[in-house]
Amino acid sequence: MDFKNKDVISINDFSKEELLHILKVARQMEQKPKGNLLKGKILATLFFEPSTRTRLSFTSAMEQLSGEVIGFSNANTTSIQKGESLWDTLKMTEQYADVIVIRHPLEGSARLAAEAASIPVINGGDGSNQHPTQTLLDLYTIQKVKGRLENLHIGFVGDLKYGRTVHSLVIALSHFNPTFYFIAPDELQIPENYLDELFRKKIKYFKTSDLNRFGKEIDILYVTRIQKERFPDPLEYEKFKGVYRIDNEFLQHAKKDMKIMHPLPRIDEIDKSVDSTQHAAYFEQAANGIPVRKALLALVLGKAK
Amino acid sequence: MARKKYSKRKERARKKEKIKAKKAIAIPNEEIKRELKISAIDEGTVIDHIPTDATFKVAEILDLENHQGIVSIATNLQSKRIGKKGIIKVGGKSLTQAEVSKIAIVAPDATVNIIKNYDVKEKIKVKTPDVIDNVVKCSNPVCITNNEQVATKFYVLRKDPLKIKCHYCERSMGKDDIEII
Repeated sequence: MDFKNKDVISINDFSKEELLHILKVARQMEQKPKGNLLKGKILATLFFEPSTRTRLSFTSAMEQLSGEVIGFSNANTTSIQKGESLWDTLKMTEQYADVIVIRHPLEGSARLAAEAASIPVINGGDGSNQHPTQTLLDLYTIQKVKGRLENLHIGFVGDLKYGRTVHSLVIALSHFNPTFYFIAPDELQIPENYLDELFRKKIKYFKTSDLNRFGKEIDILYVTRIQKERFPDPLEYEKFKGVYRIDNEFLQHAKKDMKIMHPLPRIDEIDKSVDSTQHAAYFEQAANGIPVRKALLALVLGKAK
Repeated sequence: MARKKYSKRKERARKKEKIKAKKAIAIPNEEIKRELKISAIDEGTVIDHIPTDATFKVAEILDLENHQGIVSIATNLQSKRIGKKGIIKVGGKSLTQAEVSKIAIVAPDATVNIIKNYDVKEKIKVKTPDVIDNVVKCSNPVCITNNEQVATKFYVLRKDPLKIKCHYCERSMGKDDIEII
């Protein structure tokens, strides 16, 4: 499977076989690290909006493979401030680097960036649309903690309406015959178009606002933050803030080997006391960003097969 | 006497029937009726089978407000195929491929008739394309296409009722959200 020069823009662009191949290469990166793999290669990180994990883990992944990193994390210090278009910024950047990671607040910006640049472009998040490297590291984590991706019972809790990580993961997991449990207040439930897609693919799902209703069934509980920035009205946010809380009492009614994931940052959705239990998988999940991003960099640069 | 009266009545009824039958022949069919309502053109284009509520949208797409030739627009006409329909006749104008594609988006059942010397020279059934290039505006305000100079592109997910997906922001749009550029 050849990924050389391929862009990584949307999880919708990848087949089941391609997803599994990326996870296989990520496992190789973790088990048999090759320190010089990307020596002489340059990654440009174009971060038009703030990010901690994505930018740091891409930088770390590139440097661990002996590559170099250039870029910016604040668009105000660049020519964009002078009115330069995204297209022109990309045309300029492709002259200086071998691969580009872009994060931009506008949806579809990564797709446009990939059309502008002749070198591979990886989407590090385009507004509420896609964040494919997060989805890949979520899949990698599930495969690691459960030993498989097929036939799992997966619960999603929190903001399922605006949460792009949830939407992309639902699409990616649809390849693996899952059963989904969507746990959210009606106002923050998963959008209908995703349910239509699941219905079309004959995937079983349940919708509820009661966190405890399916506790005994769930293998993976994917918790998300209620995102304040997505609410136009602050009073609406106050209504939903803290509506679900995962704590030790909830865990007493859960499967013994149920794992909890969270894309982080968390506010108060998961009590700190859960961190030390065997259920917590969210810090391991954040760490998995490194092998997955190493695999993607090596694959699109033609240094892994 | 009574008999005479009866036959006179019968005669009147027969005459009535005759008039009725004559009238029935004289009643034009739907096509002819329509022709009476909207005058014929010698050269130009007739767009038929437009859903009634999309008639003025088609006129807007073709910028008929600024057209210098004859323009006739009729709406709420009876149609066996689509219920109520609209017709637009434009004198001295032939449509570009881009205009036909735009019409297909708001009026997927429309037919475009090219008229020469009062005759239909060609009849084209519009076809909703699989990909719509630079015709529709994305309804998502934070889509890159609404913020940077980019030609829009949409994939047709479903033709009837129309559902399309933005190539850039991946947002789906239904018929009611569609705005022509």
